[in-house]
Amino acid sequence: MRLRFTPVMALLGFIFLYGPIASLVIYSFNESKLVTVWGGWSLKWYGELFANQQIMDAAWLSLRIAAISASAAVVLGTMMAMVLVRFGRVRGKGLMSGMITGPLVMPDVIIGLSLLLLFVSMQGLIGWPSGRGFTTILIAHITFGMAFVAVVVQSRLSDMDDSIEEAALDLGASPLRVFFDITLPMITPALISGWLLAFTLSLDDLVISSFVSGPGASTLPMVIFSKVRLGVSPDINALASLIVLVVSIGIITAAILMRKKP
Amino acid sequence: MSGGGKWGRRLVIAVPNIWLILFFMVPFLVVLKISLSEPRIAIPPYAPLWDWVNGALEFNINFDNYAYMWEDSLYINAYLSSLKIAAISTLLALFIGYPMAYYIARSPEPRRSILLLLVVLPFWTSFLLRVYAWIGILKTKGVLNEALLWLGIIDEPLIIMQTNVAVYIGIVYTYLPFLILPLYANLVKLDDTLLEASYDLGASRISSFFRITLPLSMPGIIAGSMLVFIPVIGEYVIPALLGGLNISKTATGRWLRRWRW
Repeated sequence: MRLRFTPVMALLGFIFLYGPIASLVIYSFNESKLVTVWGGWSLKWYGELFANQQIMDAAWLSLRIAAISASAAVVLGTMMAMVLVRFGRVRGKGLMSGMITGPLVMPDVIIGLSLLLLFVSMQGLIGWPSGRGFTTILIAHITFGMAFVAVVVQSRLSDMDDSIEEAALDLGASPLRVFFDITLPMITPALISGWLLAFTLSLDDLVISSFVSGPGASTLPMVIFSKVRLGVSPDINALASLIVLVVSIGIITAAILMRKKP
Repeated sequence: MSGGGKWGRRLVIAVPNIWLILFFMVPFLVVLKISLSEPRIAIPPYAPLWDWVNGALEFNINFDNYAYMWEDSLYINAYLSSLKIAAISTLLALFIGYPMAYYIARSPEPRRSILLLLVVLPFWTSFLLRVYAWIGILKTKGVLNEALLWLGIIDEPLIIMQTNVAVYIGIVYTYLPFLILPLYANLVKLDDTLLEASYDLGASRISSFFRITLPLSMPGIIAGSMLVFIPVIGEYVIPALLGGLNISKTATGRWLRRWRW
């Protein structure tokens, strides 16, 4: 049998994608502190991970910020998508669609820097926000999260047939009722994937958070980054393996659930 | 529409837009204002852009900061270096991603969904940790060097960490899914009958690929390359972790070093 080019390249590509993840997981069970010296199987680094108060605090902070910012981003992003797709003629629509795609294409460093300058000037002018931390990170994450949600919901809304909504309006339902009884159930899958996207991006963000955060508010990526710069540490491997496990279970469950639906 | 509906409509338009104006547009105006102000050693470290002097509004606009940026080769070199790194990584990602996207698009159905899922899955795990994984592989006593030494391919460890090679590997690795997905979406729509006709008329597989598949997949190639190229220009974390000293070569690195926030 002749060896075909594409399958071989695709196989190598998948090895490239999964090799590093596999090595992370394998070395998280390494007894030895030296990451490359194999000292036998052990769960000791998982124990150390949960005993590390700094990492646990940062993880809790990151999860709270991600959950709150993703939820707010879904509300704001959906409103924006409704305005852009379903509201017909609205003044300044071009500017609005420019503003909502802005956070998607702007480098993180620039978003972070400009928000930091805004927060500093606002504190000088009106005394709010007093200092930087949880609230400022939350505001920054809602801002870029809503842009991603708006894109996802927008594409779902434009694919959707609006005759059902029009029929409901003709039959005398109020716009609010039409939205909650018809539009919302139909765009729920887009809302869920938008929420998950905003949640993941918030959990993953390092650069913007570093700019707008203050003393005492270190998110998980900030703690990992400062640890990793000093070299490899096995408890980070344990943390990575746990994240891989949770994400894989989540994605595979979602895939099976989606498949069952007709 | 009733009066209540009209107000509801205004509210739905206003809320997200006020948010974006306040937290996206205004910050840029603040940056713009500072960029046009004269720097001075005080708090805040710039002179006010306008001032009431004897009852008249006086503007104090200054372009020195822009001139300074062009005079100091530091900024231009950093920017050019960012563009170079972004261009090379996009090409490398294209070489690795195209065969993968092609293979997935040509696979029969159950396998296609699974492979697509496998491409997306790493994207949902932490980006930082995926970059971190490469430190363990690429460092002097890392997995790659140990394996190559053990196999007898090399006699002494390769120095990859803290070089541009490590930065390219890290960037291609993290941005590969962004390239594969639009390419896949394009290739999956490719009409098989075109290829069949080409084979019937005696063209080889290779020439059919270069004359039919490749030109037809151009929109996918461009979309995917943009999704890699644009964010990579502003990339900070990967050069900082894998490039070591080379961090200073990227525009973002220069920024963060120069302005100690």
